[in-house]
Amino acid sequence: MPAPRKAAPAHPIRVLIAKPGLDGHDRGAKVVARALRDAGMEVIYAGLRQTPEEIVRAALEEDVDLIGLSILSGAHMALFPRVLALLKQQKAGNVPVFAGGIIPDEDAQRLKKAGVRAIFGPGASLEEIVATAQKLARRRA
Amino acid sequence: MSEPARLPAAARAILRGDRRALARAITAVENGDPAADAILGAIYPRTRGVPIVGLAGPLGVGKSSLINALISLLRASGRTVAVVAVDPSSPFSGGSVLGDRIRFEGRATDTGVFFRSMASRGAVGGVAAATLEAARLLDAAGFDIVLVETVGSGQVDVAIREIATTRVVVLVPHLGDEVQTLKAGLFEIADVFCVNKTDLPGADIAQRNLRDLVVQGRKTEEWATRIVGTSTTQPNGIDALWEAIEAHERYLDASGERARNERQRLSTEIVGLVRDRVGRELAHELEHDPELRGLLDQVIARSLDPRAAARRLRLAVRRTE
Repeated sequence: MPAPRKAAPAHPIRVLIAKPGLDGHDRGAKVVARALRDAGMEVIYAGLRQTPEEIVRAALEEDVDLIGLSILSGAHMALFPRVLALLKQQKAGNVPVFAGGIIPDEDAQRLKKAGVRAIFGPGASLEEIVATAQKLARRRA
Repeated sequence: MSEPARLPAAARAILRGDRRALARAITAVENGDPAADAILGAIYPRTRGVPIVGLAGPLGVGKSSLINALISLLRASGRTVAVVAVDPSSPFSGGSVLGDRIRFEGRATDTGVFFRSMASRGAVGGVAAATLEAARLLDAAGFDIVLVETVGSGQVDVAIREIATTRVVVLVPHLGDEVQTLKAGLFEIADVFCVNKTDLPGADIAQRNLRDLVVQGRKTEEWATRIVGTSTTQPNGIDALWEAIEAHERYLDASGERARNERQRLSTEIVGLVRDRVGRELAHELEHDPELRGLLDQVIARSLDPRAAARRLRLAVRRTE
């Protein structure tokens, strides 16, 4: 009986969900975390009031495939580019970052140019968010 | 010395203190990636056998907060700490929410701490094996103490028994009536009981119940199970908790039990690794090997019983070895 080595089994996508900055509203982030869990992902929920440094540190220690940032405070133009810059500095610029929250269209355009891979506003469906997360994580792997 | 040059690059990076390499190696272990074999093989001689302190207990008793408090205490005395926090995977979707990092605050730049969340991932590979190997990588990377946090139930509970050198069972007041403390399982594995949230009423009763119903009369040759009260909001009793853990670690050395436990643990680990590997291969064969698939068909058709099929499968494996 030959013993062929099976290919390594597909592993769950690991995603970090974090809220940078000072707003205290994380219901949206929690709903997204749950949807990603139900889609079979391992969601590291870092919680509220994270600095960009803490977020990048968590992403590297947890070796995630993907980072999701939620923000409602309006500080996205300061905090998101900082996260992207720190990731690059740590040679982890290939870890995709997506975002959700209250982000005006023109800011969204600029953030996408800066490297945020997808941005979801109010009314985005969970199906859409899950599908995008899957696509982003797969492309990296 | 030319020996380090022969080590795989990833192992060299881990021994050098490269946190990214460490994180990736833990992922390889979790995923059953064959690349982990070479890394684990290379770092094993460099492991020192650092204390692995397991904190087990039901959801919401404050394990993550206690870990955060212990990290502060240990860092203040100059010791480095790694944490492996295990949360359950959904048996339905395979997904999980790993939320233990929430209490891990204000440590953006402290390289003396490493925090990793792990999902239990059901039966695949076994959470005990992955946690133990992750702890070994953290040991080789130079951390002085590894803290492992798990929900104390089912398979994960077994994991803590198998891998931790000191087992802390964390409880809170009013968790249930006295009969709960008599049930088999979690209450039996404790080297230290931690009654957390002593700021709540009933903490003294909980501690007394543990003393009267669990600890007293237990067959303890030498180690008398300690009961410690803590509160992380005040905070209170954290130093006493650590002192109890250290006392148990000292006891392990003084009594020779550390060596005995390690022998037992490694034996269990080696047999477990073989069982997992052989089991996976056999499951694959049974589905895909033309001859063996017939075996399964016969069992389905009731012309062969599962035990007889297992005997034939074992013979088939022996023939090919």
